Amino acid sequence: MATVQVSEAEKVYILHGIRDDLRVDGRGCEDYRHMEIETDVVSNTDGSAKITLGHTAVLVGIKAEIGKPRPMVPDEGYLEFFVDCSANATPEFEGRGGEELGTELSNTLYKVFNNKRSVDLKSLCISEGEHCWVLYVDVLLLQCDGNLYDAISIAIKAALFNTKIPRVQISADDEGGKEIELSDDPYDCMRLNVENVPCIVTLCKVGHRHVVDATLQEKACSVASLIISVTHKGTVTCTRKVGGGSLDPESIFEMTEAGKRVGKALHTPLMKLLQEEESRGA
Amino acid sequence: MAGLELLSDQGYRLDGRKATELRKVQARMGVFAQADGSAYLEQGNTKALAVVYGPHEMRGSRSRTLHDRAVINCQYSMATFSTAERKRRPHGDRKSTEMSLHLKQTFEAAVMTQLYPRSQIDIYVKILQSDGGNYSVCVNAATLAVIDAGIPMRDYVCACTVGFVDETPLADLCYAEESGGVSSLALALLPRGGQIALLQMDARLHQDHLETLIEAAMTACKGVSKVLDEVVRQHLQEVSVLTGE
Repeated sequence: MATVQVSEAEKVYILHGIRDDLRVDGRGCEDYRHMEIETDVVSNTDGSAKITLGHTAVLVGIKAEIGKPRPMVPDEGYLEFFVDCSANATPEFEGRGGEELGTELSNTLYKVFNNKRSVDLKSLCISEGEHCWVLYVDVLLLQCDGNLYDAISIAIKAALFNTKIPRVQISADDEGGKEIELSDDPYDCMRLNVENVPCIVTLCKVGHRHVVDATLQEKACSVASLIISVTHKGTVTCTRKVGGGSLDPESIFEMTEAGKRVGKALHTPLMKLLQEEESRGA
Repeated sequence: MAGLELLSDQGYRLDGRKATELRKVQARMGVFAQADGSAYLEQGNTKALAVVYGPHEMRGSRSRTLHDRAVINCQYSMATFSTAERKRRPHGDRKSTEMSLHLKQTFEAAVMTQLYPRSQIDIYVKILQSDGGNYSVCVNAATLAVIDAGIPMRDYVCACTVGFVDETPLADLCYAEESGGVSSLALALLPRGGQIALLQMDARLHQDHLETLIEAAMTACKGVSKVLDEVVRQHLQEVSVLTGE
């Protein structure tokens, strides 16, 4: 369920626990829940990944299509994001119920991932001003148990790592026009460099402290949270405050520092895991 | 039939199956902890996920409440990346709405709704990867999810899509066969009583062939029911070991 009912007594219990750096499920304030990542799960896509983080489950599929570059940047391809908050995750999303959350999530993803510092957009260009690869990144929420941003960003990074774009050959035909030919060999493909792709870390302010990877219960106790996207070098590329409450500047600094630390530590094991899985598949 | 030969002279189909052979079915129950019932089912390359919530109080407008039985609410959707060509919307288009309605009718025939008056049962199905026979795969996945939720049914509901080529009925069509201009028929069956919960055929077929086709579909559905029964028993065995009974 996307919403949980937490009683006053439960809130006090959660708050006191977090004050002493011990959360309801035994974690410390900067610990993630158990995480499982699986890549190459949907064969109809060019790249896909499924991640489960506690009870949160997210499936990401990436499809590459040939499109026209944006007029402002004729030598770059681009990414499109769509987040499907399906009714499978919670009945509240039935019909158009999940659209608002879906738009909010996809707008944030757009800001975090669709720039040339995160993904090498130039490598997606086929012929300047005419053709480029458009990566349609479709996120499917299968189950929600808090911390959607982090789970989605990790899944996207894994799926981008897994993406195989067919190589193209451009040849000029008799009338001077260009012809694009896709390679038939499934192994003759281009891979994306995901080194600089950031991960999002959400920090929830609960009481006077902040926690990473909050469950729904913990989120119900928090006033507001801060999402920070961090690269493997520890560079912050985007921050946003989400939630109804307010935060004082001091705690924002503290949270940013913590987010940098946690985010930086997240990349190395993730990349190692992805490479391991890749070598096992080959 | 132009181009593709759907059934070779030796009696083999495009993917190497015999005419009456089903695709490989793999399924798991209880995949999600938050839902009341859930199941994941693969039939060949078609993959579906079904989730059941309920029976619970009526949500939204109370005017839909039925005083003598439960309301079954279905939503069918397809992941945007599930098909070869990317879909723009996961649900809400005409085909999905029709599918939702078919699912609802199928499960109204099977679930013992009279046991839960004034309540609602939600069945949500999602196609993750599509390779033909979407409707039947959804029904089979939803059956497992309803069983996982512990909601009583008259019998398993098993569905199968069959086609008719060269005077031969083909069981469990894949996408290449479905799009190859075969007249196909989708059938949902309650196998024990031999009751048909849903029957749908969109293409032309000579009336003399209808009986053979329905007969073939029923045989295929019974085959599916055996597999589903095995999955359920296997799952229960695993669960009972875990709970120490």
